Amino acid sequence: MREIGLAAAVREGMVQEMRADPSVIVLGEDVGKFGGAFHVTHDMLDEFGPDRVWDTPISEAGFTGLGIGAALTGLRPIVEYQYLDFIYCAMDQVVNQAAKIHLMSGGRAKTPLVLRGPQGATGRGAQHSQSVEGYFMHTPGMKVVVPATPYDAKGLIISAIRDDNPVLFVEHKLLYGAASPGGGKALSDSAIQAIGMDVPEAPYAIPLGVADVKRQGEDVTIIATLLMLHRALAVAEGLETEGVSVEVVDPRTLAPLDVETIAASVAKTNRVVVVSEDVSRAGVAAELVATINDHCFYDLEAPVQRVAAANTPIPFAPASERHVIPQVGDIRAAVLRALSD
Amino acid sequence: MNTATEILRGPVDCGGRDPALLRRMFRKMLEAREFEEQLYYLFLTTAMPGTMHQAVGQEAVAVGVVSALNADDTITSTHRGHAHCVAKDVPLNDMMAEMFAKREGSCRGMGGSMHLTDFDKGMLGAFAIVGAGIPIATGAALSAKVRGSGQVAVSFFGDGAVNEGIFHEALNMASLWNLPAIYIIENNQYALSMTVAESSALPDLAARASAYNMPGLRVDGNDALAVYDAARDAVERARKGDGPTLIEALTYRIRGHARFEAAGYRPAEEVEAWKAGDPIERFAAGMIAAGVAAEIELNQIRADAEKAVEDAIAYAESCTDVGADDYLAYITAEN
Repeated sequence: MREIGLAAAVREGMVQEMRADPSVIVLGEDVGKFGGAFHVTHDMLDEFGPDRVWDTPISEAGFTGLGIGAALTGLRPIVEYQYLDFIYCAMDQVVNQAAKIHLMSGGRAKTPLVLRGPQGATGRGAQHSQSVEGYFMHTPGMKVVVPATPYDAKGLIISAIRDDNPVLFVEHKLLYGAASPGGGKALSDSAIQAIGMDVPEAPYAIPLGVADVKRQGEDVTIIATLLMLHRALAVAEGLETEGVSVEVVDPRTLAPLDVETIAASVAKTNRVVVVSEDVSRAGVAAELVATINDHCFYDLEAPVQRVAAANTPIPFAPASERHVIPQVGDIRAAVLRALSD
Repeated sequence: MNTATEILRGPVDCGGRDPALLRRMFRKMLEAREFEEQLYYLFLTTAMPGTMHQAVGQEAVAVGVVSALNADDTITSTHRGHAHCVAKDVPLNDMMAEMFAKREGSCRGMGGSMHLTDFDKGMLGAFAIVGAGIPIATGAALSAKVRGSGQVAVSFFGDGAVNEGIFHEALNMASLWNLPAIYIIENNQYALSMTVAESSALPDLAARASAYNMPGLRVDGNDALAVYDAARDAVERARKGDGPTLIEALTYRIRGHARFEAAGYRPAEEVEAWKAGDPIERFAAGMIAAGVAAEIELNQIRADAEKAVEDAIAYAESCTDVGADDYLAYITAEN
């Protein structure tokens, strides 16, 4: 079986959908002749031409709106943001328009739109390092997809393209792999697991809203996404040698959220740690803790532990960034707290 | 007309026009006016929930532009959107039912006055964040170009919207890519309380087109045929693949910004002067002057329009109230 990275898997999913469906187009900054800042769209202009792959000016709100208008009138646009931090320039179009049009029209309008791009802390300072998914998980009408492996990324991007709703598709820069032209050695992380790299060449879809138990365990559950999923697995591996059996659940999509799979894991282990790279305050982890308390309170034998980024803009200094973003050691400590209560 | 402050009066020149077109335009303007006058009354009697923004006095812009379109061309509208919907043939019954929050409403009672939508009529939506519909119409134009459908997309927006950044972003891309888009500035002189001169460093809004290398023209927005002619030329350009056009239509918001807003920031003489340039009465005078129709025939069209709105109210009152949890079906689309 061949092994490919996450960037290649996202690209393959997009290319296969574009071959199968002429209504799929790509819009974004430098997605055409440059092939995308992280080369996720490389060679797509050559294959599909300028009517399918649109190199846009630096106008995030504008080209997001164009994507919405095109989605309302028969196309399935994929909008790329060079860094997902830049989607904040388009907040009105995403939150006030795309997410609300279906309801505002009484279900008559559909907005099949994928909003995708890279995120995550990789030494680029406060405006190129954020995790944005919390804002959109908070926005009814949006779907939010957070793949941690190449296998999941391909199956999920295909589902995202086929979905009739606006879908935020989050790609973590560190998971693109060190081979990504956007990163080099800055884009490597010792915790990243070589999992889910066997990616079938034929197209396949992973339904949105279905979590995946990435590792079976008995004593404690870690719920994590994106890069944090890999760090959680590294923690689980380490603790196994100490006789602790850790289950690791990857929600894969935050909206819709597979509460059933999460609740089943909590019912089994009775102890939970949630991990997210976005900020702690009113973030993804906070929502997961509340959801677990709502659905699983009487299964819990210890308070749910939350591990998330510090409530601060991300500082540039590498030591500071590491201090802000959850590390393997932080997750391990939280697991031990969950087990000690 | 040369300046925004010049009050536009006098009969519309109806000579040499298709009488059926003139009658249809007259009827549409009357329906839009009557629809909003009745809404105002219904709000006063508290029969109707929510709020609304009247386009009384601006009907010639909506009707003039849409009369130059095909049925499958698309438009985006604003919070002040009733006239656009009427012009685009959204059924009055559906519109009125929506105002009453009924299941039979054009948006199943989920949108209300500010979000009227009718995909069957090419009405892509009323977007009530100022300027937000501009890129969406531009995207519809891009889609038309990709699909080779020959459709044109029109975005209506007010003079306030040109100071949103999205105006700049969308017009730049439309021109860059020769998209079949038409941008209509309904310059009704006020963005709530702020005059154009108080909010735009260059009050000649049509001149902004030059920044995007597209034609920009200013027309008498209370002359439905002047608007129609400008729109027809823009449609022709767009369909030929020659790209977008910016049209600034000078008009006036006779009422306040929203219901119960008395617009005390405007001089009474100014309001009265613009009332004397009412687009419907100028059109009626023009039809009579050109010998297209007699007063008695125009009165019949007025009566028919009033009856259509009256019937729509009766229909809406007979419709089913939205169920409190109807919204659950509309949060996300099922494929």
